[in-house]
Amino acid sequence: MDIAVCVKQIPDPNTPGELDPTTHRLRREGVDAVLDPGDEFGIEAGLALAEAHGGEVRVVSMGPERSVEAIRKALAMGAAGGVLVADPALVGADALTTARVLAAAIRRGPFDLVITSTESTDGYTGVVPQAIAELLGIPAVTFARSVSFDGSTLTVRRQTENGTETVEAGLPCVLSVTAGVNAPRYPSLRGIMAARSKPLDRLSLNDLDVQLGEVDQEIVRVEPAPQRKGGEVVADDGTGAQRILELLRQAKVI
Amino acid sequence: MLTAVWVYAELDQGGLAPSALELLTKARSLGAGSVAAVCLGPGSAEAAGDLGRHGAGTVYASGDPAFAELLPGGPAADTVAALVAEHHPDLILFPGSCGGRDVAGRVSAKLGVPVIANALDIEAAEAVTVTSSVFGATQLVRTEFRGRRPWLALFRPRSFAAEPAGGAAPQVVEVPASIDPRHRAARIVERSREVAAGPGLEEAQVVVSGGRGLQDPRNFDLLRQLAELLHGAVGASRAVVDAGWVPYALQVGQTGKTVKPNVYIACGISGAMQHTVGMKGSRHIVAINRDPQAPIFKLADLGIVGDAAEVVSRLIAELGGAPGAGQPPHGAA
Repeated sequence: MDIAVCVKQIPDPNTPGELDPTTHRLRREGVDAVLDPGDEFGIEAGLALAEAHGGEVRVVSMGPERSVEAIRKALAMGAAGGVLVADPALVGADALTTARVLAAAIRRGPFDLVITSTESTDGYTGVVPQAIAELLGIPAVTFARSVSFDGSTLTVRRQTENGTETVEAGLPCVLSVTAGVNAPRYPSLRGIMAARSKPLDRLSLNDLDVQLGEVDQEIVRVEPAPQRKGGEVVADDGTGAQRILELLRQAKVI
Repeated sequence: MLTAVWVYAELDQGGLAPSALELLTKARSLGAGSVAAVCLGPGSAEAAGDLGRHGAGTVYASGDPAFAELLPGGPAADTVAALVAEHHPDLILFPGSCGGRDVAGRVSAKLGVPVIANALDIEAAEAVTVTSSVFGATQLVRTEFRGRRPWLALFRPRSFAAEPAGGAAPQVVEVPASIDPRHRAARIVERSREVAAGPGLEEAQVVVSGGRGLQDPRNFDLLRQLAELLHGAVGASRAVVDAGWVPYALQVGQTGKTVKPNVYIACGISGAMQHTVGMKGSRHIVAINRDPQAPIFKLADLGIVGDAAEVVSRLIAELGGAPGAGQPPHGAA
């Protein structure tokens, strides 16, 4: 089974992201870049399927040159190879452009299954997996909480607003996984060493059959969201429950 | 300047999702020439009346069971795209639910027009401008639509309050469903609902939410008791949903539900942006956490530094909770 896993390098989610008020682009200076923690679940899902059913995992990413570090981490976890599409024209790309580039990069090789996270932990648009599926002309089984494969059919339990759905899907398809789907492995020392000699292709837009659309939207303003003011913080000396009761009375809940 | 505005009216197991009426309420305030809803799947005909009362002059409907049996994205996106080619709407509002994102993402790729996600508000004046939140709603971004239409936006749940307009019954246009056979490659074989008794999480006036700081999944029973005593609902952080303590239906936050109750009680929740974006619109916020540095205290009206399970147990006792219910919290230490 040939599995393509889409990954993204993002600013460390433990340091809040920020858009530059002038350029309206993500500030990347002075912030550590990491493999999106959400992508580790997709990599793990791909590796587990490849180990059980044969085949290999190829990671596909779009981003600035330094995104090779994120790809190397995926290679260290066990992916067989990686592709990075880096091009100055892609700075500030929206979800549709991202999907077009990733779909074009995926198409360059054989694929039976495309795995993504449900959304990136910086942009959170949550529409790239579905757009990739549409561009590749295949179903998207999204928001997976568990995945099994019997050699021909994927059985996926996916979450919805009010419960779960069990979906059966043939290949090829796009699968987006939540953070509840598995426990990602850590790269081993041997894996880290091996990653250095695994193939990592660097592509630019010229290498891909992709048309960038016109610019159909423009950010006109970025401003801080209104913040709540914190109130009183007290240590629980046994009266914490009483304090909460007072607030509940004031709010006319009791 | 807007001729036609559409709302993608989502059905949830045959009934109308609340987002449909919220989005229609907003759509009819944009001064467009017409407002229509697209409603696909069994139950769409029954939903038409409600859609009309909330401002839809036309409802494009199909009762084809395939919309409910197959994954929604493919067939619904095809149908929306076909309707767009015929009627040329200027703007389509989608709910930011799992299903809404599945459809909007594919419509965007199919039509080659971008979609603005995490939208909170939209204005139509000289230009049509969408306000959306980024980075856990620490920043607001205003984006103007330009160029080709339809313009697409996905709205966070509960961005608007639904209000009936009291209009005439809508014109229901039956949409012929032609399901592309390739969509039949993925189908839904089983569904389960995970909805607790009591008021719904999104409607409840009191929400009692739990996170990792509860230390033991069994301590969620305490939250259920407290919620019941306060006629409220139970919520959860993503961390405990991912850990399998409680179902996703309880998740509050960026990737879960948005709640705006009178009182929100965060028990053992640190307050990651992922979570706070879904609850910071609450009227009163109470936080109980062992860590005095927990970011949740920065937005709580009342912060208690202490063991959440213990404080909740005492609260239950104070409120006259049943003795069987008053079992001590499960501690890890």
